[in-house]
Amino acid sequence: MNVTLDKIQQKEKMTDLMSKFISLVSYKLPDDVEGKLKELSEEEDNRLAKTIYKTMFENQKLAYELKRPSCQDTGVLQFFVKCGQNFPLIGQLDSILKDSVYTSTQQTPLRHNSVETFDEYNTGKNIGDGAPSIFWEIEEDSDKVEIYTYMAGGGCTLPGVATVLMPGEGYEGVVKFVLDRMTSYGINACPPLLVGVGVGTSVETAAMNSKKALMRPVGSRNENENAAKMEKLLEDGINAIGLGPQGLKGSKSVMGVNVVNTARHPSTIGVAVNTGCWSHRRGKITFDRNLNYEINTHEGVTL
Amino acid sequence: MTKKVLTTPIKDEDLKDIHTGDIIYLTGTLVTCRDVAHRRLIEEKIPLPVDLKGKAIFHAGPIVRDLGNEEYEIVSIGPTTSMRMEKFEKEFIEETGVKLIVGKGGMGKNTEEGCRTHKALHVVFPAGNAVYAATSVKEIKEVHWKDLGMPESLWVCEVNEFGPLIVSIDAEGNNIFEENKVEFNRKKEEQYKWISEQVRFIK
Repeated sequence: MNVTLDKIQQKEKMTDLMSKFISLVSYKLPDDVEGKLKELSEEEDNRLAKTIYKTMFENQKLAYELKRPSCQDTGVLQFFVKCGQNFPLIGQLDSILKDSVYTSTQQTPLRHNSVETFDEYNTGKNIGDGAPSIFWEIEEDSDKVEIYTYMAGGGCTLPGVATVLMPGEGYEGVVKFVLDRMTSYGINACPPLLVGVGVGTSVETAAMNSKKALMRPVGSRNENENAAKMEKLLEDGINAIGLGPQGLKGSKSVMGVNVVNTARHPSTIGVAVNTGCWSHRRGKITFDRNLNYEINTHEGVTL
Repeated sequence: MTKKVLTTPIKDEDLKDIHTGDIIYLTGTLVTCRDVAHRRLIEEKIPLPVDLKGKAIFHAGPIVRDLGNEEYEIVSIGPTTSMRMEKFEKEFIEETGVKLIVGKGGMGKNTEEGCRTHKALHVVFPAGNAVYAATSVKEIKEVHWKDLGMPESLWVCEVNEFGPLIVSIDAEGNNIFEENKVEFNRKKEEQYKWISEQVRFIK
């Protein structure tokens, strides 16, 4: 009886904290993104680009002061969860996350972005069938949970693309696939972008890797030497194209390129691209078994 | 440099000396109008409930707080990808007499032609700056087509020196994004050639 009651209270507590965390992610960019944007703006000498950066910094300041979503498109929420096998609310986590999106939508407020497909109506709640999306990993012998919260608008979701190349096309084919997407769709996806590249066997493995790549900090490098080399080459290469903020030209195009890779079938190279816009609203929070939390992406912030 | 402000109703001659790459501001009526609203007018032939002649539309889906009694407050508002409206925009300009299209990213040949023939501009509000934009919306005067949900409803806003708005297509049909794309594609080919030689990991 008491155990059940305790679980209900714990569930309420975690829903409340997650709802506040989602709200925070909507009005404050993570430290790595803030730092990189500042760095890029200082290197910029293009007239339009400078005006745009100035608007961006004023906007972020206002958003934080007024506690309002810095971008009106607060996305369909995505969560990447790494849950310890002994975390007490492991079985409740899906419903906690869904409820917290609903609560945060009322309280922040967030935009109603959940349209039921085929029936084609907006639920008006920002949650729907399969929305938010929640991706799971289970960690052995742990009683903690790490949760990445990600809010991507339609603009930077649109460039997402995956394909399967033949090995004969090699990593050269991967490079072409990524670069082509930058000049066609990347321009409109609110650069400077964080570009996530996934490499694996099939479309879904590559696509998942490319999205995980966007959870990695700006400025981090893949542990594999060749993959890290390709990250640097792509970053420098896309920067040399000079998309600038909003695709209106500038000295740089991207905040970075992150590659995440897994082993592949000998006959295929799965590749995918996902883009994060300059307003890369990603946050990571870790809870222990007593629901003490730590925010890893936004220093000095409490809920 | 003096601030160039367009005030609705906008006339053809107001647009004469405005060129791509210029920064302008808008005072007057700005109506949010995006995917389904375009589709309804052009393909479903349903008349728009707002007269847009000489006015401005905004490819945007805002976050709005409902204050009750048909009163609303804009919390965050910013542009969405304009290219999604490309297939409708020429006819949309022709049918409505709209003079200013505010959005994000470039638009294509159809819109260029619409802007040239009917004297209109496509301008970019720096996207993602939705609180900054919301602070120059004075009030929401009306809302229509609420059945489409919060992002897709037609929110009729009164704005004051709304901007910066960067001119992407001018009334002569010049298109800054299309011009930039030529340069971007040339540089991309150079980069591809160089990078592909460095990533021959399969040997």
